[in-house]
Amino acid sequence: MPSEPRGKVTINSNECKGCGLCVDACPPKCLELAPELTPYGVHPARYLGSACTGCGICFYACPEPGAITVYRMMPPPKSPATLSQEANRAATL
Amino acid sequence: MSDYRVIEAKSSVFFDRYERKPELQQQTHYCPGCGHGVVHKLIAEAIEDLGLQDRTILVSPVGCSVFAYYYFNTGNVQAAHGRTPAVATALKRSHPESIVIGYQGDGDLAAIGMSEIVHAANRGEKFTIFFVNNAIYGMTGGQMAPTTLVGQMSTTTPWGRRPSNEGFPLHMAELLATLEAPVYIERVALCDNKNIMRTRKAVRKALELQRDAAGFSFVEILSPCPTIWKMTPAEARNWVAEKMLPVFPLGVLRDRKLPPSGNAVPPQHSVAELLELAAPGEAPSTLQPPRAPLPGLAVNIAGFGGQGILLLGQVLAEMGLRAGQEVSWLPSYGPEMRSGSAHCHVCLANERVGSPLVEHPQVLVAMNEPSLRKFAAQVAADGLVLYNRDALPAGFSVPQARVYCVPASEIADRLGAAKTANMVMLGALLELTHALPAETALAVLQTKVRNPALLEINRHALDAGAERIRKAVPPAILTTA
Amino acid sequence: MRQLCKGNVAVVKGALLAGCRAYYGYPITPASEIAEAAAELLPQAGGTFLQAESEVAAINMVYGAAAAGLRVLTASSGPGISLMQEGLSYLAGAELPCVIVDVGRGGPGLGNIAPEQGDYFALVKGGGHGNYRNLVLAPASVQEMADLTMLAFDLADRYRNPAVVLTDGYIGQMMEPLELRAHDVPQPEKPWAVCGTPETRQNLITSIYMEPDVLEAHVRKLEAKYRQAAQAEARYELYCADEPEVLLVGYGIVSRVLRSAVDLARAQGVRAGLFRPITLWPFPSQALARAARRCQSVFVVEMSTGQMVEDVRLALDGRVDVEFFGRVGGNVPLAEEVCQELLVRMGMTVDWGV
Ligand SMILES: Cc1ncc(C[n+]2csc(CCOP(=O)(O)OP(=O)(O)O)c2C)c(N)n1
Ligand code: SF4
Ligand code: SF4
Ligand code: SF4
Repeated sequence: MPSEPRGKVTINSNECKGCGLCVDACPPKCLELAPELTPYGVHPARYLGSACTGCGICFYACPEPGAITVYRMMPPPKSPATLSQEANRAATL
Repeated sequence: MSDYRVIEAKSSVFFDRYERKPELQQQTHYCPGCGHGVVHKLIAEAIEDLGLQDRTILVSPVGCSVFAYYYFNTGNVQAAHGRTPAVATALKRSHPESIVIGYQGDGDLAAIGMSEIVHAANRGEKFTIFFVNNAIYGMTGGQMAPTTLVGQMSTTTPWGRRPSNEGFPLHMAELLATLEAPVYIERVALCDNKNIMRTRKAVRKALELQRDAAGFSFVEILSPCPTIWKMTPAEARNWVAEKMLPVFPLGVLRDRKLPPSGNAVPPQHSVAELLELAAPGEAPSTLQPPRAPLPGLAVNIAGFGGQGILLLGQVLAEMGLRAGQEVSWLPSYGPEMRSGSAHCHVCLANERVGSPLVEHPQVLVAMNEPSLRKFAAQVAADGLVLYNRDALPAGFSVPQARVYCVPASEIADRLGAAKTANMVMLGALLELTHALPAETALAVLQTKVRNPALLEINRHALDAGAERIRKAVPPAILTTA
Repeated sequence: MRQLCKGNVAVVKGALLAGCRAYYGYPITPASEIAEAAAELLPQAGGTFLQAESEVAAINMVYGAAAAGLRVLTASSGPGISLMQEGLSYLAGAELPCVIVDVGRGGPGLGNIAPEQGDYFALVKGGGHGNYRNLVLAPASVQEMADLTMLAFDLADRYRNPAVVLTDGYIGQMMEPLELRAHDVPQPEKPWAVCGTPETRQNLITSIYMEPDVLEAHVRKLEAKYRQAAQAEARYELYCADEPEVLLVGYGIVSRVLRSAVDLARAQGVRAGLFRPITLWPFPSQALARAARRCQSVFVVEMSTGQMVEDVRLALDGRVDVEFFGRVGGNVPLAEEVCQELLVRMGMTVDWGV
């Protein structure tokens, strides 16, 4: 099984104006403008489904406040034991 | 299944839905690829991260960003074209705890609003301006901006901007960096990912400085306008990099703390103290009821500036006031004062004063010859003229009035204070007219002359004027001179 | 306590009593003492004084302070008032209360600094763009400079609209007794203000309404407000106005001259009376029509070439003969001059008795 990508994005086609800036900006080139038109008459951006690193660059390239949401995969949560160990270490530093 | 966490999403400082917008309430009104949207996002994110949303007041300009208040869920004030820094000045001074953000385009800030931005920056107003420089007038459809590049086409520079006709692009960041007060000035650009992140940092820093009440902060943002530039969004972004950056170099032009300065702190008083209001219940004023009804008196005092003309009139009016009369004092004012002549009209009356303009004075105090010549004819029949010389000018007479020559300036010189000639005349006037009790003159002077030695000289001056009248040659002889 | 006070200074004292703690302005003769008194007094009462870089900036600072919910004052004279007209239109459009004092001087252009009443049209009829009105008060004494400034703040807040104190260089520069009383001024709640607080976060101050229907609704709302003010706020003063044969009409300093002129005319056997508008907008049209009902003529005197006289003619609607006499350039008509002119127009000869 291919390793899961570190990030992913969702694009709200209600907000996307199809300017393509996110497509240009994405380093691993995992975004494209969709061939179909939105009701506004633009080709919205969409995620190709793999290779997103969750770098967030597309978010800042996009002029629309809510068109893009970027997610990143989180490491599994730490157990309470490790947490208190870390706290102790911090306290003795 | 791994756990995905949201790392970048629409800021909570934006409204969920843009309900102030008449239609398409999910999207901004900006063109696809417009820089304004990016700047909005960076500002909203900084407001959110710094926890400033409740304190923020956004001032939107006139330009494409006139509707910024559609989007920002903060306090919003919309300002006239170019006046954002003036409006922001008063907002911030009215509510120093608020975070005031001015948002302006290049026409708004660098053309029509040049004066307001320069002076707000120069005063070090403690707010932040985000200046979106897209080298063009967007909202009105592509006319030249003060920042339009040499050779750049616009609808009002059909052959490109020609320095011989339109001059050169204005460098606002550099211009403001010549001022003392600003604490932070930086120019950034939305030309690529790296520079967008620099812009993000600059926006945040400017707001942090305002949060810390550091002073005036200013970020100029070179921003694409694909629509007017007639480019794709990607081309427009490149155009910022290729054409604008060489003209508008990026960087921090100012980053420093304001040096401490010696600011005098005004004393604080209650309004009652400031206005010398009587405490509630206190007996009204210190009026001495007049012993006998005093006669009304209309006086014209004239001479040249520096002879204490206006003060003489004020003392007379104040005396009438203290005696419970209705009074008015009307001065000549403005350049007339500077050109050398000065005069004032004083009315003392026992009922409401009608016109404060004295058309026919009962008394004319003429402190020099031109005033005598100018005003003598207006004196009422049986009126009085007090003239500041030993004798009337040769061949001059005032047939309808009694003339007293009181060389007040000479007398004052002899007293060692030329400035008190006006008080010599007052002494003479009071002695002649008995219009008001002479002792009130001194009481009034006490409130105006703080120096005891000078007050004493004024007393002598009043006495000397009165004395002169008591010993005067009958005026009939003088008027026939 | 009665104090001898300059008209311009009385404005600031009245403003302080009215709870005004903010002044933004630019110096100009003959209004500068207002800025100077504000500079001295307001900061001592915890308020703000700022000398702006121009009247354009000043009026927009007034806009900011009014948006922030403060009682705010500015003052100027003709040339500066011209520059403030843009701001006045925005203030009215955004429904922001504030007080503007115009200490009138001679115009047009730089004119001179002597008193004139040539700004009536500019302030009573508009001057800025769009469908709006200023509330306009015309003091005739130093006492009224304070009293009407206080009233102006109340009216401005009541109608959420700019209020103007329209006066002239003489009233501004002259000194007269002023009596001020300590009193509690209830400061009205301004839930619409933008203060940088959680409670005011949803507030928006603007004058832009892009949709024609929405803007029309907004303008109609302003119009209704103005209609209400016209009903409720007209103020005037009468002198010797019981059955006069001729009614003199003038405001501000001119009304003082006319008072003396009425006395002179009566001494000549003419039953003259005086009608003095205190509010210029709303103009006391009904009261004037009532007062002039049985008059043979109405004699309007202004320090202008005839501005308020248009409102007098509208109020009387052709029912009474309206005569006009104006002096300009900074010349203030004298009572004798007015009386003489009046008698001549009534077909009488003048006998001054001496
Ligand atoms: C007093 C006045 N003059 C002119 C206008 C018309 N006007 C509206 S926006 C604008 C220029 C805006 O350009 P800019 O500030 O660069 O903003 P942009 O639209 O490019 O974002 C002009 C001239 C106006 N609204 N008010
Ligand atoms: S987060 Fe980064 S990698 Fe993922 S789509 Fe956006 S730009 Fe591309
Ligand atoms: S940058 Fe934003 S608006 Fe433009 S195509 Fe991408 S998601 Fe759509
Ligand atoms: S015209 Fe230019 S500045 Fe205005 S919204 Fe469109 S792209 Fe943006």
